[in-house]
Amino acid sequence: MRAIAAIARKDLLVELRTKESVPAMALFAVTTFVIFHFGLDRDRLEGELAAGVLWVTLLFAAILGINRLFVAEREQGGFDGILMAPIERTSLLIAKAGALIVYLVALELIALPVFALFFIDQGFWDAVPRLAAVILLADLGLAVVGAMLASIAVHTRARDLLLPILLLPLTVPVVIAAAAATKPLLSVPLETSGVAKWVAVLALYDLVFGLLAYAVFDFLMED
Amino acid sequence: MIWCSAFWPTRYSTSSWRIDLESTLFGRGLKPLAVATTVLLATTLALVFFYAPNDADQGFIQKIFYIHVPLAIVALFGFVAAGVMGAMHLRTRDDSWDARSYVAIHMGVIFGVAVLATGAIWAKGSWGKWWVWDEPTLVSFLIVFLLYVTYYPLRYSIEDPQRRARYASVFAITAGAFVPINFIAVRLAENLVHPRVLNQTAGDMPGEMRLTFLVALAGIALLYVTLMKLELTSKNARRQLRRLRMLLEDERTGGAAPPPVATVPAKPV
Repeated sequence: MRAIAAIARKDLLVELRTKESVPAMALFAVTTFVIFHFGLDRDRLEGELAAGVLWVTLLFAAILGINRLFVAEREQGGFDGILMAPIERTSLLIAKAGALIVYLVALELIALPVFALFFIDQGFWDAVPRLAAVILLADLGLAVVGAMLASIAVHTRARDLLLPILLLPLTVPVVIAAAAATKPLLSVPLETSGVAKWVAVLALYDLVFGLLAYAVFDFLMED
Repeated sequence: MIWCSAFWPTRYSTSSWRIDLESTLFGRGLKPLAVATTVLLATTLALVFFYAPNDADQGFIQKIFYIHVPLAIVALFGFVAAGVMGAMHLRTRDDSWDARSYVAIHMGVIFGVAVLATGAIWAKGSWGKWWVWDEPTLVSFLIVFLLYVTYYPLRYSIEDPQRRARYASVFAITAGAFVPINFIAVRLAENLVHPRVLNQTAGDMPGEMRLTFLVALAGIALLYVTLMKLELTSKNARRQLRRLRMLLEDERTGGAAPPPVATVPAKPV
């Protein structure tokens, strides 16, 4: 437990001082919204289109952060340090996933208001409590799968090329469920029916991949 | 030599597996298996064309179902089996399990190409479009296929053989667990617009159709097993050949102490 806290604290401190990941992710998200505005030629979005733009943007922005997740460990020998320390190796996974959740929440705190400002006319703030639940569950899934895949990709030759092509198919269920849960919330007028089912799917995904990552992570951290 | 001993580092640990393990890595039984596959597939084709009735709705085009659906079922089972083999590799550290897992995924991907092609043909014949997004099984299969295709770049961008085997196994397990989750999510997301023949397997498919389908399923499954065995055998033969060549090379140059002979018992293939 202390090891997890120490590693996560280290990561967040490094991020606070270098400001490497989150600002880039946020900038990427805002720019992508602008791209979507021109690409779709739409001033205002609602329902499924709004949900799609939001989740595609968040997912792609998340990839930026996930790609950087283990860079310091690789470049400065952090993996050896973790292996030599008398701690469970899984604590690295949990700490990294935790740090990634913090990054994602920080990203969303910036990206969501901008999204609302750019694209949503009315009723956005009524949807926020439920939307926050959907987003947090999706973040959890993205963080667990992202941390696991990042630790795989960082040990390969292809590294940042490999990560997106591994991550995107695996996170399709997250996008399906999160976008489907967001669609009624961003409809005019606001609906809530059908949200619960998709929240359950997200929770199931988080549970399965959380347990799976926990089970296999040891094998990624040998030698 | 390091490469060879890294790939086959241990003799199989438990004797109860030995027979089974060796027989899948060597050519024994390959011929009868191939003959059985050929007979069964020929029977399947005969049944499909001369025995099974034309579908009342879709007519003749529906007969592609007897190839398409078994291919898909076998490929998906192969993917899940590859996950189990990956888990066996992680548990036993026996690299032959990694080889099996690799070949299972490899064959699954090849079958997957056939599934997508036959699915597109069926969609064109039946609904007039090469691709439809409201067919959840097809869409799920595409996503699973896209995931498994990334197995190759992952595997080939790791140089250390042990790490490669371990990471490939972790991928196989993760992706194997992903298969059902993905099907649940996609199935929920689609409104079931089209009546699907697969649903009828449980219920009201006529007897002739069901028999044909089951024979086709058995034939395709046998084809998968035969191809898998064939590739494992040839991989193993190639590896042994390379090892012997290196041994010869060492002898000729009078190299250092000879490595242990026959990490894998040499047998006729």
